Amino acid sequence: MSDPLRLLLVDDETPARARLRDLLGDIAAEVPGTVVAEAAGGIAALERAQAGDLDVALIDIRMPGMDGVELARHLARLPTTPAVIFVTAFDQYAVQAFELAALDYLVKPVRATRLADALRKARRRADDAVRLEKLCEAVSSQSALAIRQNLSCLERGRILLVPVTEILYLKAEQKYVTARTAEREYLLEESLVRLETEFRERFMRIHRNCLVARDAVGGVERAADEGDAEARWQVILDQAAERLPVSRRQWPQLKALLRLRAEGR
Amino acid sequence: MSQRRSIRENPALSVLPDFRKPGTWLRVLLVVNCGALLGTLAANRESRLFFAEFVELLALIEPVTLASLALLSLAGSWFTRLPRWLGATLVVLLVLLVTAAVRRLFAAMYLIEPDVAGFSRISLWVVIGVALLLGWFEMSGRVRSPALAEARLLALTARIRPHFLFNALNAVLGVMRSDPRRAETALEELADLFRVLMRENADLVPLSEEIQVARQYINLERLRLGERVRVVWDMTDCPPDPLVPPLMLQPLLENAVYHGIEPAAEPGEIIIRFERTNSRMRVELSNPMTVADGHTSGNQMALTNIRQRLMLFFELEATMTTQVSDGRFCVVIEFPYRPVSEA
Repeated sequence: MSDPLRLLLVDDETPARARLRDLLGDIAAEVPGTVVAEAAGGIAALERAQAGDLDVALIDIRMPGMDGVELARHLARLPTTPAVIFVTAFDQYAVQAFELAALDYLVKPVRATRLADALRKARRRADDAVRLEKLCEAVSSQSALAIRQNLSCLERGRILLVPVTEILYLKAEQKYVTARTAEREYLLEESLVRLETEFRERFMRIHRNCLVARDAVGGVERAADEGDAEARWQVILDQAAERLPVSRRQWPQLKALLRLRAEGR
Repeated sequence: MSQRRSIRENPALSVLPDFRKPGTWLRVLLVVNCGALLGTLAANRESRLFFAEFVELLALIEPVTLASLALLSLAGSWFTRLPRWLGATLVVLLVLLVTAAVRRLFAAMYLIEPDVAGFSRISLWVVIGVALLLGWFEMSGRVRSPALAEARLLALTARIRPHFLFNALNAVLGVMRSDPRRAETALEELADLFRVLMRENADLVPLSEEIQVARQYINLERLRLGERVRVVWDMTDCPPDPLVPPLMLQPLLENAVYHGIEPAAEPGEIIIRFERTNSRMRVELSNPMTVADGHTSGNQMALTNIRQRLMLFFELEATMTTQVSDGRFCVVIEFPYRPVSEA
């Protein structure tokens, strides 16, 4: 119990981090803690968190690049997840969500006593990934911060980030979803249905097991007749050689997309 | 009227319109003629007689309306000083008298046949018509009354983003120990900014004042965002000191920072351009667009607020448009040019 908490501060604003450091110094006698790292953005923070030596992460929500909620969702998938305490200036939707999920959040300007309370709570129980993921979902459903910019994939104990903009298509295979970029494939532990709702803007369903990025569609061609009635059309990709079968049910939407594009050009 | 500098100079609330203004005449004639047209349509039995019936009705209505308006404008402001019910009653009586006189005249000229039954029916229509018109004038007068405009303005200006306030306070606390002087300046700037926000912003102000407020705001944002926010002022085609609506620039800047600078990882530039073309001022403010920004609805709210305040000052003489080009979001506001020296 007497080991000082190992803390990570994540905020894009320098004075905001300075403020947290000052306050942590003030309450050191009550709740000892050492700031082992600071990060000005989500991606740098995730990089640092991979080391797995953190107890608590104090995370600002509104940050450029990867915002705080997205960072927490990726953190939740680490083998050792630090306890997450959100810090926010004013985002009524997010605050509502935290209250629903009963997880700790601090409002800026942060007060020393509140910070001490939150840290004490964090000390009592390390955050479990399931609860954190549930919270992030609650926040996502309520606020505009919902859509992730990266998907994460766990490989040999490390988290790899896959920028959503680079994904050509997502394909469900048994219990995994494969994300294909121009370079390679990644295995994701996600459900295709959830990905579809989250990234509706970017991807469209072309088959019961496949979502394709609208930008990645190069064209369509008729499949060589294999007696398979369901997959008569195939999507050709600009940046990958494989063909993606289109189901009869999804064909009208795809056709509409292609027609729209033809008119646009 | 177009030279108003304050929304307090919006026309005062009065039950009766000013009959000396051509606008009032125009509105009355428009409504009366439309009413006559509708009335003829409703009463018409044979369509080939429609035109004849309409002209016959107009022949009576037009002289009555014009004569009444002429008399009312001669009476001038005398009517408006009476209690509202008395004034309205007198107007109705006057129109009735005029109607009777005109019919008398027509009968004397053998244009119509004098019949008593017809007159009571016509009187009823006159009373209803005049009452409706007065009601309409009162309603439109209320909408534009200064008291109401001030109340609406108050409701519209009190909306600085809490997001900004709490972040600014947090930033001040953050530098308090390491750089007390910077913290002092920031608090002074915050005080100044709120003084402007909380005063009654009913008068047009010199542009220099607006720029002062905007600079203080940007200084505060710089405390927490550092070099990420850059503002470029282009004033080459701007006259020395035009009058502008108060608190127009700061909300636009706040909007630009919130949507264009904060969500972006790279430093961004906000470009503000003022220019005068003949009798119009043009303000153009643009900020980089970020893909990650999901707060479009909030954006619309801030812009609607500014548009409504522009309307209070300039009515239809001001325009505000937004456009997206080359990855930048751009707001353009145009309003009549009024120099300070004219005051």
